[in-house]
Amino acid sequence: MAGHTAPIDSKKLWGGGISPFNASYGKIMMWFFLVSDAFTFSGLLISYGYMRHRFEDVWPVAEDVFTHFPFLHGDHPLLYVALMTFILIMSSVTMVLAVEAGQRMNKKGVTLWMALTIVGGLIFVGSQAWEWYHFIHGTELGALQLADGTIAQWASAAKDALVLPGGAEITGAEAAAMIQSGTEVYGANLTVNEYGVPLFGDFFFFITGFHGTHVFSGVVLNFIIFVNVLKGTYEKRGHYEMVEKVGLYWHFVDLVWVFVFTFFYLI
Amino acid sequence: MSDFDRTAEYAIHHSEEAGKKMRKTIWLIFWVLLVVTGVEVTLGLIWKDMGLAWSFVKWTFIILTLVKAYYIVAYYMHLKHEYKNFIYAVALPYIVLIAYLIVMMLTEAMYIHEEADILM
Repeated sequence: MAGHTAPIDSKKLWGGGISPFNASYGKIMMWFFLVSDAFTFSGLLISYGYMRHRFEDVWPVAEDVFTHFPFLHGDHPLLYVALMTFILIMSSVTMVLAVEAGQRMNKKGVTLWMALTIVGGLIFVGSQAWEWYHFIHGTELGALQLADGTIAQWASAAKDALVLPGGAEITGAEAAAMIQSGTEVYGANLTVNEYGVPLFGDFFFFITGFHGTHVFSGVVLNFIIFVNVLKGTYEKRGHYEMVEKVGLYWHFVDLVWVFVFTFFYLI
Repeated sequence: MSDFDRTAEYAIHHSEEAGKKMRKTIWLIFWVLLVVTGVEVTLGLIWKDMGLAWSFVKWTFIILTLVKAYYIVAYYMHLKHEYKNFIYAVALPYIVLIAYLIVMMLTEAMYIHEEADILM
């Protein structure tokens, strides 16, 4: 144990007579749970990378897909998701401030910062619902799914010419034949995606959905701990380590979003 | 509280004085995260107009993401202040296995991509 040669206080020993890593059982287990959860998310993101490389030519550019911003018209690529990222980082700050207040046994501080963290989490979940709504509904124009399953975009609002993935434009009789045999599609679900390959939609729903579930359960956990703080449970116990443990979970959720943001929206 | 889970013995307490210092660090890290995210978004919006190469932009994104991840784990999750052995126990299995998986999967993906082109 480099740098930690001081003998361990005998009061700290666990039931087995040792004190692994000089930390409490709950905290260590929370860390190991987070490592396993990180493996799950990594699995999802790496398989996303795999498919993306495999279908490089027909993969949609996220910048062209997520361009909406509430109450604003026109294209605003990245802005909304940047705002979501900011909200989540902010709620991470309020969480770590709650942990810090707990270490000073400052009940008022913990209450305030925990409340703000819960509000931030709810705003984030709401934003994600909004993003899903727009992805599922798609654009007004939609796109054309050709007979072989390829998605072609309309060249103009007149819907008489097509742009194939890769940029080739098709007009006239050839386009008319394709339109005849194809189907118009709007928005995205698990089988159809107007922006390109359906796999993009599948990964979007699975990864952001799995992350959203984590945010939501994080909000629930935070709320339970928040009620305990109000009831004075930790005041009586003499320490606020529970706040620290849910804090670890909450920061992990933020951490995952940092990666989802990069690999889904930026790259 | 059970005899086994002696959380009270491990609970961290600190004074008002130390708290002030900690809050300063917390806000400093906040600014780091905010600035890095701001740079990422700006770069995402203007890299085409600036005429930068995509592979350069991509690697900048990845490195900046790892920087953010480091600050969150080390300072917000306080991993930096745990025992060294514990840091290794948490970080090493993750880093080694994930690096392995990334290399495997991306190599295979690129191979299959080229193979598909030949077959088609």
